[in-house]
Amino acid sequence: MDWGALHTILGGVNKHSTSIGKIWLTVLFIFRIMILVVAAERVWGDEQDDFICNTLQPGCKNVCYDHFFPISHIRLWALQLIFVSTPALLVAMHVAYRRHEKKRQFRKGDQKCEYKDIEEIRKQRFRIEGSLWWTYTSSIFFRLVFEAVFMYAFYFMYDGFRMPRLMKCNAWPCPNTVDCFVSRPTEKTVFTIFMIAVSSICILLNVAELCYLLTKFFLKRSKKAGNPKHHPNHENKEETKQNEMNELISDSCQNTVTGFSN
Amino acid sequence: MDWGTLQAVLGGVNKHSTSIGKIWLTVLFIFRIMILVVAAERVWGDEQQDFVCNTLQPGCRNVCYDHFFPISHIRLWALQLIFVSTPALLVAMHVAYRRHEKKRRFRNGEKIDIEELKNEKVHIRGPLWWTYTSSIFFRIVFEAVFMYVFYYMYDGYQMPRLVKCNAWPCPNTVDCFVSRPTEKTTFTIFMLAVSGICMMLNLAELCYLVMKICMKESRKTT
Repeated sequence: MDWGALHTILGGVNKHSTSIGKIWLTVLFIFRIMILVVAAERVWGDEQDDFICNTLQPGCKNVCYDHFFPISHIRLWALQLIFVSTPALLVAMHVAYRRHEKKRQFRKGDQKCEYKDIEEIRKQRFRIEGSLWWTYTSSIFFRLVFEAVFMYAFYFMYDGFRMPRLMKCNAWPCPNTVDCFVSRPTEKTVFTIFMIAVSSICILLNVAELCYLLTKFFLKRSKKAGNPKHHPNHENKEETKQNEMNELISDSCQNTVTGFSN
Repeated sequence: MDWGTLQAVLGGVNKHSTSIGKIWLTVLFIFRIMILVVAAERVWGDEQQDFVCNTLQPGCRNVCYDHFFPISHIRLWALQLIFVSTPALLVAMHVAYRRHEKKRRFRNGEKIDIEELKNEKVHIRGPLWWTYTSSIFFRIVFEAVFMYVFYYMYDGYQMPRLVKCNAWPCPNTVDCFVSRPTEKTTFTIFMLAVSGICMMLNLAELCYLVMKICMKESRKTT
């Protein structure tokens, strides 16, 4: 179970997302998870080994490191990425529930059921409307909350986003005050700022998606209020268009992302 | 999520590229990403461990290393490769949008075979030409920016053997010795050369696309 497995799970949710949702997912995987794995983990790899304190007192380095780095940046980012990715699973669960209901209708031989076979039910992409709209919107809301909470936690824990070169430590058993030097502070500051910037971009994408969904909802309601005898196919075409776009983008993504190990 | 996944994502874009674009992609994967992963990362692997300073002063080595290597070459190359690869995703999104439009026309009753549509090679013309050309332009810009950043940050492309450091807490001036400077210089020059080749391929592709459209325009007028 690693980042690859998370990619597989979220790839499935991709089908039911809006276009902005798909862009968000791409940004998440390429500019956050990939940067974390190929670059940031190396930068923080030697954080404790090369955390040096100007003392011979045994245990002082350990205690000072623990005091200044209660949770490492890398672990905080990993937790942030996991928490931010998982609201999408709510959507996946809702879609699975809907599919189950439709299969049940099909099996009962319901005349209203418009599917020819079970395979068609499995492949169908559901429109984001009704109760699914609420689930989807809540998932975006939770993503926003988690992003903001983690950004605040970073800021609070490390007094800003800059990594200092020197830390003065006087925790027991260090004698008096001891100078401790952090490994690669500039590189760490650069990556911290990069990750914060991408996190903000993701927040903006989520806000945009939320606004898009709300606008769509209100437009629909105003159309219903303004034109009670609307043609049912007109709305369906709009939804179909969105879902076909999603389908095509996800098709091309699925054609490209064939699978991976590790 | 690693270089393999990036390759899978970009492999899909390959279908819609020109021949020069496919050559560029091959050069990117074999001569840059693969070299980075199998060779360069080992060369730079012990860069801080074996950065040795002529002092017993604790903390001096950390501070000097941080002063002379604000961002490691390896990380800069990783960022460069990610930024240079991603404009291709614009093209993928545009192709997906075009396919959607064709499917919509099909559903409206026009006679297009849907299987043929999925396998169709999309021609680079019209708005797709603009998207493709912008993606190549962005690639060139990112390549140039990173090459300049390298030059600026490290005062050239040569890795010195010795750096003289007087940052606090180092006493006076301290001699610090870099690990594997010659090997690092070799790889830096190699990566720079391949970067230059990629830029030339991108420029060639840009010229090819511009010429294609100019020739088309002149055919239309005559």
